[in-house]
Amino acid sequence: MNAPFSILPPPPEVARGTDVTPSTIRFEHVGKSYPARRGTPEVAALTDVDLAVPEGAILGVIGRSGAGKSTLIRLVNGLERATAGRIVVDGTDITALNEAGLRAARRSIGMIFQHFNLLARRTAYENVALPLEIAGVSARAIKERVEPLLDLVGLSDKRDRYPAELSGGQKQRVGIARALASRPRVLLSDEATSALDPETTNQILALLRKVNAELNLTVLLITHEMSVIKAVADRVAVLDGGRIVEEGPTYDLFARPQHPTTRSFIAAVAGSALPPYVAARLKDTPAPGGEALVRIVFTGDHATDPVLSRISRLLGVDVNIIQAQVDEIAGRPFGVIVVGIPNAPETVAAVLRSVEQLNLSAEVLGYV
Amino acid sequence: MFDILSPAIVDLLIEATKATLYMVAVAGLIGTAIGLPLGVFLATSRSGELFAAPWLNHVLGLVVNAARSTPFIILVVAIIPFTRLIAGTSIGTSAAIVPLTVAAAPFIARLIEAAIREVDQGLVEAARAMGASPLQIVGKVLLPEALPAITLALTLAVVSLIGYSAMVGAVGGGGLGDLGIRFGYQRFMPEVMAAVVIVLILLVQAVQSAGDLLARHLDKRNRRG
Ligand SMILES: Nc1ncnc2c1ncn2[C@@H]1O[C@H](COP(=O)(O)OP(=O)(O)O)[C@@H](O)[C@H]1O
Ligand SMILES: [Mg+2]
Repeated sequence: MNAPFSILPPPPEVARGTDVTPSTIRFEHVGKSYPARRGTPEVAALTDVDLAVPEGAILGVIGRSGAGKSTLIRLVNGLERATAGRIVVDGTDITALNEAGLRAARRSIGMIFQHFNLLARRTAYENVALPLEIAGVSARAIKERVEPLLDLVGLSDKRDRYPAELSGGQKQRVGIARALASRPRVLLSDEATSALDPETTNQILALLRKVNAELNLTVLLITHEMSVIKAVADRVAVLDGGRIVEEGPTYDLFARPQHPTTRSFIAAVAGSALPPYVAARLKDTPAPGGEALVRIVFTGDHATDPVLSRISRLLGVDVNIIQAQVDEIAGRPFGVIVVGIPNAPETVAAVLRSVEQLNLSAEVLGYV
Repeated sequence: MFDILSPAIVDLLIEATKATLYMVAVAGLIGTAIGLPLGVFLATSRSGELFAAPWLNHVLGLVVNAARSTPFIILVVAIIPFTRLIAGTSIGTSAAIVPLTVAAAPFIARLIEAAIREVDQGLVEAARAMGASPLQIVGKVLLPEALPAITLALTLAVVSLIGYSAMVGAVGGGGLGDLGIRFGYQRFMPEVMAAVVIVLILLVQAVQSAGDLLARHLDKRNRRG
């Protein structure tokens, strides 16, 4: 802790163990159940979780309330102990450590929280200094570390302010600086933007991106908002009822969601939610003279192709655009279009086939 | 107001005030020295907490409750043998410090416990995530964050001690209560009784105002930027 301080991380060490692809956080068949207590039965919060966060990546875990997200993230720094399986963080088996070992390991794992958890009687500077004080760093070394950190998160001018004098976004910036103080290799984020308004959320997510890139920090973040995943995550895991039901690169998950839970999360963003006047009329079976609604997802190079006019020309069908949006996910264009076509089964099948021939995905949402 | 009191009575009043302050100060200090760690322990030793020891927590809780539910005047009499053991006598100012301390310590412990339990558990969680030991969590998070509440708790304890110290006068404890009983009541000198009451009111007011001011200064939660 007495080496000269800089914002840059120490030089990467030679890979430990026999790992082929370096993953900084690895869950292996992890289970967690909370024991039964008076009146409440045992709760299986997590079941057979396998998950790997590649070094330097941002992995987002999304799930509904009660899915087990907080439990999952708290297992990584041992705030909760797994009841089955193994968790390896940066080469260390967290599940095998005793309390003293855990305390040492926690110093290289930063964590930020939904409600910031700043000490009310410490200034911004003193809050960032806390983990260093705990680690026994000298006052001078603390100063040399804390000031550049406050600079990094853009709060140099708020150095001597108490949390009550800061906005929510500023508090989370202090939280991030504090989490980075002991030069962690891993950052855990438990709903860090859930208490913030959308604009502040975007600023904090941009800051997370920045520290992830500049410090080669591996980030595990949990959220219940797909928009957060869309904005920062390289990979996503979908948690449902304590199990990971789907996992993969963010772009692929948006383009080809497999599990119903994933689909419903995606439906809330990326222009996938139907306009209410259409959604209200949507039926499962075709009505004579009506239309079938088809959602086409445009990915990668096809996002700007004139696919619709081609289909219309090729098949001689009228294509009625209900909704269209082009977006960007993980830096790549991503478009969603909902069209109405004549609902004759052979027409619908022909349209789906020609869309798939273009390597795009399409699904029938229903009939109007 | 002191004009109507003879110089001899004024001297007695000053001596009695000093005796009261002495009893309150010593009992308050020893009571805090016992009550503060006890209160911290009570606030952190239920199951799943920092120093989890549910049984000891339960037993200490019972002891504290027993001491707290005994009326002070009965406590004074009940522990006379103990007072003799500690102070060598059961009469006088120094002897009165023993029951005052015995009453103050559990009272302070409960007040400190409540103050510590007010601290947001999220802060404990954050400190644990930083790798803090339980003692570091107490020293760097719980006590500093609870300091305004602890200040108010100790203010309340001192105010209560001033009242109790007047009560030990009834059993020969010395101080303002003793003066009031002996002169004001037994010798029927209402002006002495009035003077005693006024001095007590002033003492309590001064302690409460100082405590409030200090607590407000220490509390950084409602600042305007
Ligand atoms: N300390 C605990 N004791 C008992 N049950 C718990 C505890 N913490 C969480 N749970 C239960 O575990 C499940 C997952 O909770 P949690 O991880 O907090 O989910 P999320 O963060 O996704 O909302 C829930 O059913 C919750 O009630
Ligand atoms: Mg949660």
